[in-house]
Amino acid sequence: MSGRLLIGTRKGTFIAQQGASGWQLWLAGHAGTSVNFVAADPESGALWAALGFGHWGAKLSRSTDGGQSWADASQIKYPAGARYLAPPDPTEEDDGGEPTRFTLRPATLLKLWVLAFGPGGRVYVGTIPGGLFVSEDGGQSFELNRPLWNHESRGGDLFAGEGTGKTHWFGTPASEGEFAAGIHSIEVDPRDPNRILVAISTAGVLETTDGGKSWRGRNKGMTNDYLPDPNAEWGHDAHAIQLCPANPEHVWQQNHVGVFYSSDGAATWKKVSRPEQGAHFGFPVAVDDKDGRTAWLVPAVSDQQRMAIGGGLFVARTTNGGESWQQLRSGLPQENAYDVVYRHALSASGGHVAFGSTTGNLYVSADRGDSWQTLATNLPPIYSVRFG
Amino acid sequence: MAVVEWTSHLKTHFPMLGSGPLSLPGSTVAEVLADLERQAPGIEFYICDELGRLRKHVNIFVDGEMIMDRRRLSDRVSEGTRVLIMQALSGG
Repeated sequence: MSGRLLIGTRKGTFIAQQGASGWQLWLAGHAGTSVNFVAADPESGALWAALGFGHWGAKLSRSTDGGQSWADASQIKYPAGARYLAPPDPTEEDDGGEPTRFTLRPATLLKLWVLAFGPGGRVYVGTIPGGLFVSEDGGQSFELNRPLWNHESRGGDLFAGEGTGKTHWFGTPASEGEFAAGIHSIEVDPRDPNRILVAISTAGVLETTDGGKSWRGRNKGMTNDYLPDPNAEWGHDAHAIQLCPANPEHVWQQNHVGVFYSSDGAATWKKVSRPEQGAHFGFPVAVDDKDGRTAWLVPAVSDQQRMAIGGGLFVARTTNGGESWQQLRSGLPQENAYDVVYRHALSASGGHVAFGSTTGNLYVSADRGDSWQTLATNLPPIYSVRFG
Repeated sequence: MAVVEWTSHLKTHFPMLGSGPLSLPGSTVAEVLADLERQAPGIEFYICDELGRLRKHVNIFVDGEMIMDRRRLSDRVSEGTRVLIMQALSGG
């Protein structure tokens, strides 16, 4: 559905609905609360919101009446015995004691970061620290996916023992006070829901083709410029990934070090950054729902600044698998605009494209990004924008 | 029975508790919270994490004193003890 936008912000959930007289926007719930992600389950129609209370922790909220009322859903809890190897916190002062590379910590929920849906009432939730929680019953109950939690890339089975003592999953500053890895992208193949891609900050991409029983790394062709080995298998700072629903072998990744594209189901990646055309650094990526070679970005100045390039906001679009990028500026502010758009705050559906910035600006295009309409300029910082 | 009160923040999320206070049985703060959970399912996970530890930005006062054991909530309560559940002041 292109006519409704679900918007998660620093201060609540907003909904924008397209009607005969244009777009209507309203605060639909969770006033005053951080809303990391809001999405609609296409099967049940239920709306789901991932909340982060400053005092009371992360909570799942659900609406079954289109956002008129919300109630706590079944809550995500790490099972007893779930532990993870945490990297050293880069913000902590060195106390001069013994160096510790990793710390074994019991897992408690720091953040609900992303939601996804599959057929038959499946609901997926990506969390920090690095958990994939799965419901098979429409969200009545959730279970941690243990094969991914126990993956060799993060030190093996820490339920059963001490594992290898070494993890390739590093942390993200998005982790609400602690430094831990997080799952921010969950892409379910609509042709074969047993195939799921997840992306982790900071580790890379993993894939299951057996419904989550086993996982393998999908980072071939990825490069980086912040590790000793620029072709390392792990340690990739994926900011967001998205696959094309009609051509699920086409997968896009906005990464810390550039834009990557795969036309073989993430088996291999190709860097398609074109810095001279503005497509390089950023957080979100959206893929056309029919044409896997068409994608949109909202580029930003490199990691040192993280704001719109040159004070003018634009969306970059490719229609040829990243061979070239077009800067779409019509209707977007071109002076003194320094917006940055977070990883979940760009969405495309049926030729409509929408995005929201941490400056509280919300834009929508009905013509694949050629021209833009401003829906709001005074919203709280926007964390997620999804059609649905 | 301890006399239990809670911040208005929690009243918003758990209106079934009314405005309080409630008299609840239990000889430790943990036992009092377990009974509160029976009255308002889900409230314990607002106050504590999966490991049963008091959340970082939540405080519990027993007769005006902040509890000592944030990990197991073993602080003792007795007849008429006033237990107050508050969000921690973390700066303005």
